[in-house]
Amino acid sequence: MYYLYALAGAALLVSLVASRERTLRALRISYQRFRTILPAFLLMLVLVSVALYLIPGGVISDYLGGSNVYVGVVFAAMVGSITLMPGFIAFPLAGILRESGVAYMVLSAFTTTLMMVGVLTSPVEKKYFGWRVTVLRNLLSLLTALVVALVTGIVFGELIP
Amino acid sequence: MKRNTVVTTVIIASYLVFLAVSWATGYGPGNEIGRNSGDFALEMLKILPGAFILIGLFEVWVKRETVERHLGAQSGLRGYLWAVLLAGTTVGGAYVAFPVAYSLYRKGARLSVIFSYIGASAVCRVPMTVFEASFLGFKFSLVRLLVSLPLVILTSALLERYLTRRGYRPEELAED
Repeated sequence: MYYLYALAGAALLVSLVASRERTLRALRISYQRFRTILPAFLLMLVLVSVALYLIPGGVISDYLGGSNVYVGVVFAAMVGSITLMPGFIAFPLAGILRESGVAYMVLSAFTTTLMMVGVLTSPVEKKYFGWRVTVLRNLLSLLTALVVALVTGIVFGELIP
Repeated sequence: MKRNTVVTTVIIASYLVFLAVSWATGYGPGNEIGRNSGDFALEMLKILPGAFILIGLFEVWVKRETVERHLGAQSGLRGYLWAVLLAGTTVGGAYVAFPVAYSLYRKGARLSVIFSYIGASAVCRVPMTVFEASFLGFKFSLVRLLVSLPLVILTSALLERYLTRRGYRPEELAED
């Protein structure tokens, strides 16, 4: 995060030195872009806060730890798709689940869908690219995540119950 | 106002009323939802200003031809390589990748490259991957990267082919 601001600050400075007028235009575009997308961001915020309440970490661990890995994978993919969690919460949670014996394959389905499939970010995605792309891209991402989970299961020798 | 704008406004307004009433009456779930959204809003507020400043500067300074040459229709494998490298250094998550991808597209990047960028920014952001590996092991992260990246590029190319055949155009956002 710090390097984002180091980069943005340095770029802004260089830009200012090069042309004051262009820099002002750039900032106007930044603001315009932000304002255009703000309602979609707020909608996402509403969805995320409600989803985090309805599906807290405890519920996730209860369900992912079931005895059947295939059921675990399907459930993990579902939860991962419809929630949105920052990495600093998700990975420690996954680490704890691992220690309590949850299969790598299930964790893989969970973390990969969490990152790749964004039901909650769809208001933002739709605003830029439309519904068709949003739905198709997320479906393809879900498939990708399932393949990743499957290969993880093979690599870690978890496919044979 | 457009119908969508009205719907969004109504949802957000009733959400705020719900939070305010929960706060006033001490309704537990409402307060927890309020805290969740406060946490997440803070997270976004930390990242978005920096990201949008860079987007603005990019729009003004980077030439269309440059984007077309490196990320456009003729860019070939190099375009995907750029997409993955750029994704690796993206902070935040998908909600940052979408506006960046949109800017790139408007400057002449091809669809498959921006979809690869979006997908890759989900799976291979460097700080996140390091963090993941520290909790789940290096082998786990490696398998995920090696399997997901080629699939991201493949599915992006397929999606581009499908959309191009259908004459797809992204949304035109009102601005400037």
